[in-house]
Amino acid sequence: MTTSDNPTMIEFKDVHKYYGDYHALRGITATIKAGEFFSLLGPSGCGKTTLLRTIAGFEGISSGVVLIDGKDVAQIPANKRPTNMVFQSYAIFPHLTVAENVGFGLRKDPRSKDDKARAVDESLAMVGLTGYGKRAAHALSGGQRQRVALARALILKPKVLLLDEPLSALDKKLRENMQMELIKLQRQVGITFILVTHDQEEALVMSDRIAVMFEGQIAQLADPETLYRLPTTRAVANFIGTMNFLPGKILAEAGGKVEVEAAGFGRFTLDEDRQVTGTASASGATVGFRPETLTLLFEGQAAPDRECMATVEEVVYLGDMTYYDVRIDGATEVSRLSMRNVFGRPVLDIGTRTRVGWSPGAVVMFR
Amino acid sequence: MKIPVLRLYAIAYLVFLYLPIVILPIFAFNNATVVAFPLRGFTTEWFQAVWADRELRGALINSLIVAFSTSVLATTFGVFAARASTRYNFPGKGPLMGLIMLPMVLPEMIMAMAMLVVLLSLGVKLSLFTVILGHVLVCTPFATAILTSAFQSLDKSLEEAAYDLGEDAFSTFRLVILPLVTPGIISAMLICFTISIDEFIVSNFLKSGEELLSTYIYSKLRFPKYVPNIMALGTILVCVSITLLTLAEFFRRRGVARTGGKDTGGFL
Repeated sequence: MTTSDNPTMIEFKDVHKYYGDYHALRGITATIKAGEFFSLLGPSGCGKTTLLRTIAGFEGISSGVVLIDGKDVAQIPANKRPTNMVFQSYAIFPHLTVAENVGFGLRKDPRSKDDKARAVDESLAMVGLTGYGKRAAHALSGGQRQRVALARALILKPKVLLLDEPLSALDKKLRENMQMELIKLQRQVGITFILVTHDQEEALVMSDRIAVMFEGQIAQLADPETLYRLPTTRAVANFIGTMNFLPGKILAEAGGKVEVEAAGFGRFTLDEDRQVTGTASASGATVGFRPETLTLLFEGQAAPDRECMATVEEVVYLGDMTYYDVRIDGATEVSRLSMRNVFGRPVLDIGTRTRVGWSPGAVVMFR
Repeated sequence: MKIPVLRLYAIAYLVFLYLPIVILPIFAFNNATVVAFPLRGFTTEWFQAVWADRELRGALINSLIVAFSTSVLATTFGVFAARASTRYNFPGKGPLMGLIMLPMVLPEMIMAMAMLVVLLSLGVKLSLFTVILGHVLVCTPFATAILTSAFQSLDKSLEEAAYDLGEDAFSTFRLVILPLVTPGIISAMLICFTISIDEFIVSNFLKSGEELLSTYIYSKLRFPKYVPNIMALGTILVCVSITLLTLAEFFRRRGVARTGGKDTGGFL
């Protein structure tokens, strides 16, 4: 399902937020589409939670505009906004039962008691907690609390569901299960989900689009694949997955093509629009490439594109994968290379000389 | 053999601390007007005398009025102070909270005298009301301390969640915060009540002609024939105090458990 043609649900226009002297949000401009699974990704302190809380109404903004469904929400308090939130601590009311928690937001709902009870049951069923209504909230496990928090927020049928690091307190297995469930749930209800996370893998798995934030600014806003393959800054490239960097030089630019030379790779041509980003920096240009875009070439294997010689300097065996740190001839830095372990193919030893295949199409250049 | 010095010290310490209190009920039931061993025989005569003493009953009623009013007022102020200190940041918060807690360590004698001077110069007549004022000053720090622990164990996102689900500030307080801090409030009231009942210095300075329990006991202690009565009364007070403090601690712990917080200590 694509959400790119959907109408806009949330719009930020040059949003700034100061806490005293601290500039927490520095000119956020972005739009989030209706029905989108959108993630705010970044290290702690980057402003992602603050931005989420400006949508919920828990934080005011110092300047700029936040529009929800076309309406400026500056004067609308949190309890009147068409948004609901799943808190990092889940914020389950410990003195109430599960059903009372889920039905908490229905207090002012004019529907009859029976109708409300039915709505609570439906909401619990949606998150797989049928029959848990009478349980005391404080007796639930972490994963169950998470589900109750979801049911409680979704029962009000908000236009936007805000999720503040909802999975960070769960163990790895449970977290991965919940990721899949959240995706399914979002497709089922069709509500705009906005997720705050510091976990790049989680963001890649779950999101239609991701805004990567550093120091109160959005560094790049794109779909997961673009973000991974064509990061526009070194910081984004570093934050999402692993990227190798080697110093490079621009030799010539003409007709949308850039002629580049990089240590170890020699000369090659990049597509200017797609593969070359940034403005000239004092530290010089670098080329970047992902570990899986390098391949070890064994005897008799031909390179699909280009090849070079390298020495294996470190081997990390992971079962299904092996990571090699290789030094490409002519380069001073080591590059990481990852290979899927195929039956019958040997794992190389440290010190082995090997041919390495690579492709200019998988390289990005940061000016 | 190694002498367990620290253990002996601990035992001696506890004996020294609690022996007088253990002796209290022993002589309260002893059939003699002189407080001395050997014991003569068992009697409940002194308890009957306490019950029959009209003056004492008047003092008890006054003390109950003062203690109840004090616990309600001090706890109310404690709720405000605790809420403000745990939820909001404002300039001068540290010094302000320090000032609220200060009466806990100030010499009561000084506080009582200062209050007396101020009240008299303002032309306020001494009465049970002035005693209540003094007791509130003494009790508020205790109430604030207990309630701060109750408010602190409250997750801020609980409030935000209620707000997010459509409640306003007032209904959030009523539906979420109040139920969760109620054990703390009960605990604070019980402690204030206990402190007020046996408070002597402030009572003695700020009371008018009407006796309170503590000042009554003090005034009677000079007459040997009343000593057994006082022993009986003391026994009752010890039992009531222990009961109230146990209840207070029970509620405080329940409050902490209910909000899922970690117990960071209390008064018991």
